Amino acid sequence: MKKLTIFFAAVFGAALLLYYVSLALNRTEGYVGKNTLTVYNWGDYIDPALIKKFEKQTGIKVIYQTFDSNEAMMAKIAQGGATFDVAVPSEYAISKMKEDGLLIPLDHSKLPNLKYINPRFLNLSFDPGNRYSVPYFWGTVGIVYNPGMLGGKKITSWNDLWDPDLRNQILLVDGAREVIGMGLNSLHYSLNDTNKEHLKEAKEKLDRLVPNVKAIVGDEIKMLLANEEAAIGVVWSGDAAEIIAENDKLDYVVPKEGSNLWFDNMVIPKTAKNIEGAHKFINFMLDPKNAAQNAEYVGYSTPNKKALDYMPKEITEDKRFYPDFDSIGNLEVYKNLGKRMLAYYNELFLQFKMHRK
Amino acid sequence: MKTSIRNVYLLPYVVWIGIFVVAPILLIVYYSFFDIEGKWTLSNYKMFFTPIYLKMAASSVWYALLVTFFSLLIAYPAAYALTKTKHKQLWLLFLILPTWVNLLLKVYAFLGIFGTYGLANAILAAVGIGPKQILFTDFSFVFVSVYIFIPFMLLPIFNALEELNPSLVDAARDLGASAWTTFRRVVFPLTLDGVKAGCQAVFIPSLSLFMITRLIAGNRVITLGTAIEEHFLVTQNWGMGSTIAVFLIIAMAAVVAVTGNRKRG
Repeated sequence: MKKLTIFFAAVFGAALLLYYVSLALNRTEGYVGKNTLTVYNWGDYIDPALIKKFEKQTGIKVIYQTFDSNEAMMAKIAQGGATFDVAVPSEYAISKMKEDGLLIPLDHSKLPNLKYINPRFLNLSFDPGNRYSVPYFWGTVGIVYNPGMLGGKKITSWNDLWDPDLRNQILLVDGAREVIGMGLNSLHYSLNDTNKEHLKEAKEKLDRLVPNVKAIVGDEIKMLLANEEAAIGVVWSGDAAEIIAENDKLDYVVPKEGSNLWFDNMVIPKTAKNIEGAHKFINFMLDPKNAAQNAEYVGYSTPNKKALDYMPKEITEDKRFYPDFDSIGNLEVYKNLGKRMLAYYNELFLQFKMHRK
Repeated sequence: MKTSIRNVYLLPYVVWIGIFVVAPILLIVYYSFFDIEGKWTLSNYKMFFTPIYLKMAASSVWYALLVTFFSLLIAYPAAYALTKTKHKQLWLLFLILPTWVNLLLKVYAFLGIFGTYGLANAILAAVGIGPKQILFTDFSFVFVSVYIFIPFMLLPIFNALEELNPSLVDAARDLGASAWTTFRRVVFPLTLDGVKAGCQAVFIPSLSLFMITRLIAGNRVITLGTAIEEHFLVTQNWGMGSTIAVFLIIAMAAVVAVTGNRKRG
């Protein structure tokens, strides 16, 4: 009994000591008071050297925190409590956060570098006039494939995936809108289609894809494809870039029927305390040189037109990640379909998953 | 006087149970009566009795039964053998050791082992069977689940066997029972409580497994846990998610009732 008491006392003591040490560390690094900026972003989605540079330029300490899904991020911001000055949600999350009043409007006079953004990526349906958001990175949904494992066969369209030769070769990303969207696109319907007949048709078409589908997985899809566990994967272009960096035998294609165009965007959530600093940070990231450095580090496509001039040609001329918009039929941004429709998409997706037995 | 002091001691426990057990269950039941737009409805329950969810419920129960059965099949003889060894606490420690490693890490390790170029296929190729698809099959799902749940089955059975008075076994043998009869008529009935506890500890959590279904079974196995996760995180349809959770709670209560102690009856 005495031993047990000593043991618990020791654990308690150690916890207190660690708490004190972390507090003291934060203080010596100046993480207390007004001069901090909390950035809430996806993991490994910024060049750390840029954070150092920003701190040096402005004297503001940056606290970098990460999330791994829009839903988790929104839940944390909706709860309040924690301070987040800048966040980087995807476009459909922005519509939702706007609806729920979780965003603070941007002051464009404090963001002079906004002019460097390609106008194509401004004023989009999810945020007209960019009142709340500024694009950070963008990309597509497409097909990563391994020509070696397919005997040199080329994939160019969604409909190629229904080829009976591809039995048990396809990995799908575990996302209702991506998978149902693939079915819709293969039938030349819009990704934002809300016609239930069209959606049912898409689901029936997807059911015929089942023999070719090896698995429906999450983030592991990157590792599985790089390890050649399957020849084909339906993924976001950013993941594709990572996969190809790991295994250069793989190739990426945006299917010719059309696909999804997605954006991650910088916003100031309502939890912000340092709104002035948040504008400074957003403007800093919009600076062409910084944007170029960041895009090279992260490997995603930057919406910053001027930044392309500072990047190596082999990146900016790679049609897979900087496609010619005229050559691809229709790239659509996801619209916020409303809760009921989204639930219906998910219901169909669940049925598709169940059908696989 | 005495009872009031005892009640004071009970207070932290009651508060704990109230906040972390009773309140959440009531909240789940409460939420299950609301639709996605926050209107009061019974439609979630109607929805549950459609073929999709019934099929999902049936497959959850089926896989949970499989996992429980194989865990028991492996854990009982293992526990029995353990009680006969010299350094049983040490051997027990080795069998329990995997629970010290994070669950996600263990599951990820199996992704590597069962992969097309993984250890399992290398062995199959070496013995001349040739590579097979192991990952994303029912087999891999049940295998990994059993691997993860074995310690939870093993411990209660081991404890029950330890408590068994050895003179009872000796008596049975002295009276002429064969080893098999002794096991069937004496050892097994006396350790049945351990088996029941183990089955509960395995069956109940495996009903709502969701991470392994995606990582190891590639969503080929869909359990109610998968649906709950999707409704809460993606669709944000808390009502439907809660409704499924209500049925899981009912199923678990039924399991506890069936496997519970009948001595008092």
